[in-house]
Amino acid sequence: MKLKSLFMAGAMSLAAGGAWADCAFENDVPLKSLSAGFEAWKAVTDAMAECGNFSASLDQEFREKQPEAFAADPALYQIGGVSNATLVPLLNAGTIRPVDDLVEKYGQNLLPNQLIKVDGKTMAIAMMVNAQHLMYRSDVLADLGIEEPKSYDDVLAAAAKIKEAGVMEYPIGATFKTGWNLGQEFVNMYLGEGGEFFGEGNMPTINNDQGVAALEMMKAMTEYMDPEYLVSDSTYVQQQFQQGKIAMANLWASRAAAMNDEAESQVVGKVTMAAAPMGSVAPATTVWWDGVVFATNMSDEEADAAFRVALEGMDEDMVRANNDAAVWLSPAYSAGELAAGAAASAEAGAKAYPASGPMGIMHTALGNGLADYLTGAKDAQTTLADIEADYTTAAKEAGLISN
Amino acid sequence: MNFRTFAAFVGPSVFMMLLFIAYPLISVFMQSFYITQPIYETVEIETCTPGFLTQTCITEQVSQPKLDEHGEIITQTEYVGLQSYRNVLEPERAWRAISNGEWNVLSTINFWKALRFTLTFTLITLPLVIGCGLGISVLINNAARAIRGPVIFVSLLPFIITPVIGVLSINWLFRGDGILTAMLETWLNRDIALFAQAWTIEILMMVYRVWHVAPFAAIVFYAGLQTVNQDSLESAVIDGATRWQRMKYIVIPHLMPLIIFVSMIHLMDSYRVFEEIVGFSSQGYVISLQWLTYDFLVPDQAGNRSISRASASAMLTMIGVVILLIFPLRRTWRDHKGGH
Repeated sequence: MKLKSLFMAGAMSLAAGGAWADCAFENDVPLKSLSAGFEAWKAVTDAMAECGNFSASLDQEFREKQPEAFAADPALYQIGGVSNATLVPLLNAGTIRPVDDLVEKYGQNLLPNQLIKVDGKTMAIAMMVNAQHLMYRSDVLADLGIEEPKSYDDVLAAAAKIKEAGVMEYPIGATFKTGWNLGQEFVNMYLGEGGEFFGEGNMPTINNDQGVAALEMMKAMTEYMDPEYLVSDSTYVQQQFQQGKIAMANLWASRAAAMNDEAESQVVGKVTMAAAPMGSVAPATTVWWDGVVFATNMSDEEADAAFRVALEGMDEDMVRANNDAAVWLSPAYSAGELAAGAAASAEAGAKAYPASGPMGIMHTALGNGLADYLTGAKDAQTTLADIEADYTTAAKEAGLISN
Repeated sequence: MNFRTFAAFVGPSVFMMLLFIAYPLISVFMQSFYITQPIYETVEIETCTPGFLTQTCITEQVSQPKLDEHGEIITQTEYVGLQSYRNVLEPERAWRAISNGEWNVLSTINFWKALRFTLTFTLITLPLVIGCGLGISVLINNAARAIRGPVIFVSLLPFIITPVIGVLSINWLFRGDGILTAMLETWLNRDIALFAQAWTIEILMMVYRVWHVAPFAAIVFYAGLQTVNQDSLESAVIDGATRWQRMKYIVIPHLMPLIIFVSMIHLMDSYRVFEEIVGFSSQGYVISLQWLTYDFLVPDQAGNRSISRASASAMLTMIGVVILLIFPLRRTWRDHKGGH
């Protein structure tokens, strides 16, 4: 692995000189990409670099840069990495191009479900899916004779047993960090209860029984969580798992491989991936995808080259070499035990994250407003009403709700 | 100096100040009265996203901004008067809470929650910074000449550390099972979670701020101590004044202008408290006015951001600083007039 990345770094630096490796063609058009910086994107952009004349920016703040960079003419990046939520601003601004002709020309190996279609036009090519699903310590649960938890009530019951038996003080971990993470947890729960976020004219509709149920379940979970849960993000939960401090968490599929990383984890082979706990209607999770988009503001030759390079980036060689880095959308992907949780959640009817302009505002309002309920400053109805008010103010300012 | 030479010397910096301070300020001031938004239309669109084996396609009504013939989003700018200020201050809600005497309700409204913390933070750290600064400067002044250099260097270290890094180190020392929390836990023999309630976080923030700023106060006071009239000190000793009396009647009055100066700088700085919030990721419990402005400015995933409310909140922060500075400024002004 080390040798390979060294070689790839070499390939990137020599790219201009035409030293390329496992790429089917030699790229002679200078290309740049901007995407998020997690493991899967590193693997994909490294594989793109094999074609030469390509440089990648992996940037955690990509979503702040992308809309402006793609609005420039010519665009500052030809290839962009997005998820279903970060696609929205690019789509709204019309700065990414439909690629149906290119799919027809080069995309014979693409799976049909990789094509992200908006209004009948292919606007993005997905490479992987991600979802939060239940991970649990099979050894701990088996010792106490607990069945695999199917719903959040099961999770709570299991947590109570584990705590009672004195195995762990705080058996549950969750990404409750104030802001995006906490908002996401509510979105999961609320969709699991079958809730709808918006009514007519983008008006908010979360102050209802499903909303209260979602909140109450979140509060019930915090009893079994480390009291500092409002600062706990995905990495923190992952570490809690690796250090054997927690027994259950609804965590991202992309974090599954870390549980078996011998260098970091003390629980190798002891964590089982299962479907996300069921809400009343659907699994309490949302399905996300990550994929590539192509700028409107570039020449057709550039688009042609960019598309081919991007396909090289997510080809079967890359997927085989990085099988466990993500749940890849590729015929070459062998879904191992690590992907079982995400697959089972999808099978049980997990919904896609309802990305849209209003949803962006709602997610922020949720992330900022929920803590007041969990800390006990407000009751459930007041919390939800305040979040709706906060959303309405911001949505009016953004022009999404007419005055 | 004749006017020409004066103008030639001052001109460039006046120009720079106009360009980089006055212009942005006026621009923010104007923006707080306007709202710029895209014009949306509602369209029905079918969107297909990947499931695991199949695609999920849904048809739904979405709001889409209209584009002009160059492919740019059409926006409209509208004068809204004080609406953005009202959105930030939420006066009706705040007034309802005050008139019902529900302070806990008032403290859940973002602006008032932030104002409460910002003021407590500023006013509590101020005397502590002055006190610690004086203490350190006297200590340095009394240190033997041979070790004075190293002592100054060591006491200045906290001030040199980049604020965000400093905050993060404190965070990691105390977070979860951080070294210091673990030590406290074994010492007190009980479980401690310092990041699980507001007041412990606030204390940590204040401790950090005092630790960070006291050296600056100390070095300013130390410079002042070098000019204390030695004759007055000696005659005080002969008159039998204790160390404390000398400090109170000679040294502190002499340092008063510097104390006012340090207070003003500290008021301005700590009213804009920000690094502590981000570094401790304390948004769930504690927020500050500066953080509120920042939060309005950060775009969400769909690219929306609240420029108008951010401008209004920035203007309100500035007004707050000005109000706080009135007291020390009035005193300086009086002293200044009295001196002539």
